[in-house]
Amino acid sequence: MKYQLQLVFKSQKFVTGFVIFAAVFLLILFYPLLVTKNPLEMTGGLFYKPGTYVSVTDAVDTQSYKINKDVVTGKLTKSVTAEEQQLMRDWLLNYCPEVKPEEVSDAKKAYDIIELWLQYYDKTVEMEGATKAVKNQYVRLYDKVENILESEGYIVSRKNAETGEMEEVAAIETKEFVNVKDIPNRVTFPLGTDNFGRDVLTELVAATRTSLKIGLLAGTVATAIGLTLGLLAGYVGGMIDNVITFITNMFTVIPSFIILILIASGLGQAGRGAMLVAVVIGFTSWPWTCRSVRAQTISLRNRDHVNLSKLSGHSLPRIVLTDILPYVASYVVMAYILQIASGILSEAQLSMIGLGPSTNKVATLGLMMNWAMQFQAPLSGAWWAFIPVVLSIAMISFSLNLMNTGLDQVFNPQLRE
Amino acid sequence: MAKSNEIFLGGKGVTKVYGFGDKKTVAVNKVDFEFHKGEIVSIVGESGSGKTTLAKMLLGLHSVTAGEIYYNGELRDIRSPRKKRAYWKGIQAIFQDPFSSFNVFNRIDTLLLDCINMRGQKNLPYDKKVELMTQACGFVNLKFAELTRKYPFELSGGQMQRLMIARIFLLKPRILIADEPTSMIDACSRATILDMLLKLRDEIDMTIIFITHDIGLAYYVSDSVYIMEHGIFVERNTADEVILHPKADYTKRLIKDVPKIYEEWDLSTV
Repeated sequence: MKYQLQLVFKSQKFVTGFVIFAAVFLLILFYPLLVTKNPLEMTGGLFYKPGTYVSVTDAVDTQSYKINKDVVTGKLTKSVTAEEQQLMRDWLLNYCPEVKPEEVSDAKKAYDIIELWLQYYDKTVEMEGATKAVKNQYVRLYDKVENILESEGYIVSRKNAETGEMEEVAAIETKEFVNVKDIPNRVTFPLGTDNFGRDVLTELVAATRTSLKIGLLAGTVATAIGLTLGLLAGYVGGMIDNVITFITNMFTVIPSFIILILIASGLGQAGRGAMLVAVVIGFTSWPWTCRSVRAQTISLRNRDHVNLSKLSGHSLPRIVLTDILPYVASYVVMAYILQIASGILSEAQLSMIGLGPSTNKVATLGLMMNWAMQFQAPLSGAWWAFIPVVLSIAMISFSLNLMNTGLDQVFNPQLRE
Repeated sequence: MAKSNEIFLGGKGVTKVYGFGDKKTVAVNKVDFEFHKGEIVSIVGESGSGKTTLAKMLLGLHSVTAGEIYYNGELRDIRSPRKKRAYWKGIQAIFQDPFSSFNVFNRIDTLLLDCINMRGQKNLPYDKKVELMTQACGFVNLKFAELTRKYPFELSGGQMQRLMIARIFLLKPRILIADEPTSMIDACSRATILDMLLKLRDEIDMTIIFITHDIGLAYYVSDSVYIMEHGIFVERNTADEVILHPKADYTKRLIKDVPKIYEEWDLSTV
């Protein structure tokens, strides 16, 4: 056993898969200890971008610091849109009599082009062929940029509760800063929020946890059924083999996903808990484990060590457990790993078409995908609502498959390169 | 050991057919045989002649398609697991390939302890069991102290086959079916194994059914020889009769195929 473990951990593929899987596993284990909030709590709003959110009124109240930094450049770059920059470029190239074309093409950054335009722009320059609307557009743009440049800051006032008059509370200059750490009310959404305003990262960790549980349960159910039937059919043979092979073939011929859909929709919206869905997935995915275990058992059944065990008077269950099972165990472990991976994928598929666990108490990876699709996250550019989910699914099944390939190469030396 | 005239294991019209229809193969075709108590019988034939199938049927590992097998003067009855267990107390086997005869997941102790359990001495104190195992290993020139807690694959082929004989020594069956026990072992160990088998027979008075493709070996060890070709016994007689005055063509060919020193090897039939 110890020797086999050593051998397994020498396989690079297995170790890579194991490390990825362990990382995911440790994350779902320790993250909930650090972040104790309810993963399904709706804190934000529809698809908020990833980032830290601070309270604006708190920022006014918080002690400010003067920091000598050019605040205009950043502000200009942020508030002059790409289209407006293009307008400036057009004006410089088409209407400006003085500027050289090289200067325009040299100005790559947003601030450079704004500066260049401010330098040459003149309201009085005749714009040939331009409509009045276009001319006014430039005037407005100039005013906007001037405003930003000459901003003196803000005066914050508040309505007095007694007199109803506005009172000045604070004057804010452009170079005043607050330390984010001083602000009492701030929320960080490292991966933004989903359509219900939930923190995607916290939800993702909880969903990965549930999905792994589903995969584990589905894989266990499938492997248990497949292993038991396979060993029985392979070792006992005869009529029992015929009956089991018939059932297995029936399940193989009808695509298991169809059966899965039928059972899932038959259970109804109220009846589908996450764990029940896992059992249903396990119940439809055992046939291939059964078939391969049966095939391996048949090839073992007439080996001399089994004959010797029979001659030693061992009972059927004992022969199956001590003389057959250990010989197929390495294969069964590999099949189990694949069953876990396919269980997670099946849940995601089912949930995507709306037949997954119907519960508002847990999130699964498939449900997160389903919600993102229903609220059209891809259309609104809210990548954070589905890309991390897709990546988690990919990482988990990739690591499990890698572990399986590594094990395969250790236990079937013929496959080693 | 004087052989008695009592038929210990016999068969009438024993047949084994594999497959159906076009794929039908008759492995053993209506063979009759009588094995007497205390004798060494050899069944000789080329590969695929049905020797091993016959051995498996005698052991009760394969079912018999047609015919009857008699054991101890009565029709053999191994229909229930309990009766099978009782039958296997009297009949045991050594297989051809020592490397595949052991369950590689079990320690050697487990194998030998199983034999003691099968003898009905399950409740013996552990010291006594160790004594029995040491005695059995000593019989085949192995040291139990060195083997204990080892796995079968840590032994050499010769050691494994000797351990198989130690197992037989512990079980003390009345019939031993040795299915080519020396064919996977080098020539040096071969003689040792054979001598041990013969010594064991003298010690516990059992019948040995020796299955081999080596007619020279059969002549060396056996009292009577059965020659098998394509599932049929083409010749059966005492060893001297068969080797020195062969009647069937197949037997003559088998004897001719044994390489001899100072004579050119006839390869015409190969």
